[in-house]
Amino acid sequence: MQVDIKTSNVKTVRQAFAHLERRFGDKVATRYQEATYDIQSEANFHYKPLWDPDRDMYDRRRTAIVMQDWYALKDPRQFYYGAYTITRARWQEGVDRQVAFVEKRKLLEQLPKNQRDLIVAALVPLRHYEWGANTNNAHISAYGWGVAITQAAMMNTMDRLAMAQHLSRIGLLLDGSTGETLDAAKQEWVSEPSWQGLRREIENMFVTRDWFELLVAQNLVADSLIYPLFFGRIDSKLAEASGDSLVLVTEFLSRWYEETSKWVDAVIKTAAAESDANRLLLEGWVGKWRGPLLEAVRPLAARFLGSDGKEALASITQAFDVRIAKLGIGVAA
Amino acid sequence: MTSASTQPVFIALQANYDTLPIIEAITHDNPHATVVEYPAMVRIDAPGRLVVSRQSIEERIGREYDLREVQLNIISLGGTVDETEDEFTLFWQDV
Repeated sequence: MQVDIKTSNVKTVRQAFAHLERRFGDKVATRYQEATYDIQSEANFHYKPLWDPDRDMYDRRRTAIVMQDWYALKDPRQFYYGAYTITRARWQEGVDRQVAFVEKRKLLEQLPKNQRDLIVAALVPLRHYEWGANTNNAHISAYGWGVAITQAAMMNTMDRLAMAQHLSRIGLLLDGSTGETLDAAKQEWVSEPSWQGLRREIENMFVTRDWFELLVAQNLVADSLIYPLFFGRIDSKLAEASGDSLVLVTEFLSRWYEETSKWVDAVIKTAAAESDANRLLLEGWVGKWRGPLLEAVRPLAARFLGSDGKEALASITQAFDVRIAKLGIGVAA
Repeated sequence: MTSASTQPVFIALQANYDTLPIIEAITHDNPHATVVEYPAMVRIDAPGRLVVSRQSIEERIGREYDLREVQLNIISLGGTVDETEDEFTLFWQDV
């Protein structure tokens, strides 16, 4: 008997969900598309929320920004749950190795006390900044419209908790895991004069209702001052005295900032290009937050960078202005 | 490394979610290529030359890409391989 082996090709009836076919045509959809597009609940809001009876539970009108299609604000990193957790797990492995190395060799713990204290004063209080950013992004995720933006904001909240934890770990590396540095950093954040400006602005963000304005204030304006200043300039300055062991554990934060900026830039650029009204709103918000936040970091730059502080802030603000010009927003300051 | 040969070169990739953007990039960069879909496999034929470009894959997946990652999904290929950081090229070398 002869057996013929044949392959037969079974053609799938549908390549993608109908709503994805309508958007992207009849082709296989990516996981990101499946997990993102048209998932926002849009109808059948029978009950008005008690906390905002004039609007629906989910409502486009919670920001002044108007988009024809809110899913245009897509994430260039294409993070859905799977891609996000896989990427972050990989990063975490690398960071854990670096931290374990610094811990094993006691690279930070063995520094002279004055240098350890300086690192605690300069970097560890930022864990409270990150917690604030976590809260702000949770607001964006909760009140935003369209899964493209709300899921990316939710992932940003998780990133921020990770940043806060990472900064706490740096503290624990410095004090041999007693936790004293965390108490000291909290005191810095709540009572040291140089931090109060930044703390005030973070608290001003807590009472900002428009979620898109909050996205501009926190993820665009505040981050692009804080990250280049602390994890580009101040950590290098501290490393002059303490050696490169500090940079081993802070490098990760600037890498994260670089990656996240891609998302923030894409969102702002798309919203600004949508209409002149959007662009004017964004210009107004950038102008509104740029000045106060710049004033807020000025005493910190002066305290930790000394005479270099002025020059550092000048070049950081210049880079910021170049960045927002690329996004199609003029400086309205 | 140019070649006058127009003999077909080909690359066969697993048909899965990872290769979707790669196939899209290859067909975009090589308009002369033909794509044949088999069960669980996609074969791309091109006369003379076929280029897989890192940059156009990165544009589609939104992250940095190391061209060596494509090896995970290659089933077979035909042609001489010229591999750099930016491009993975198939062609027939003159003998």
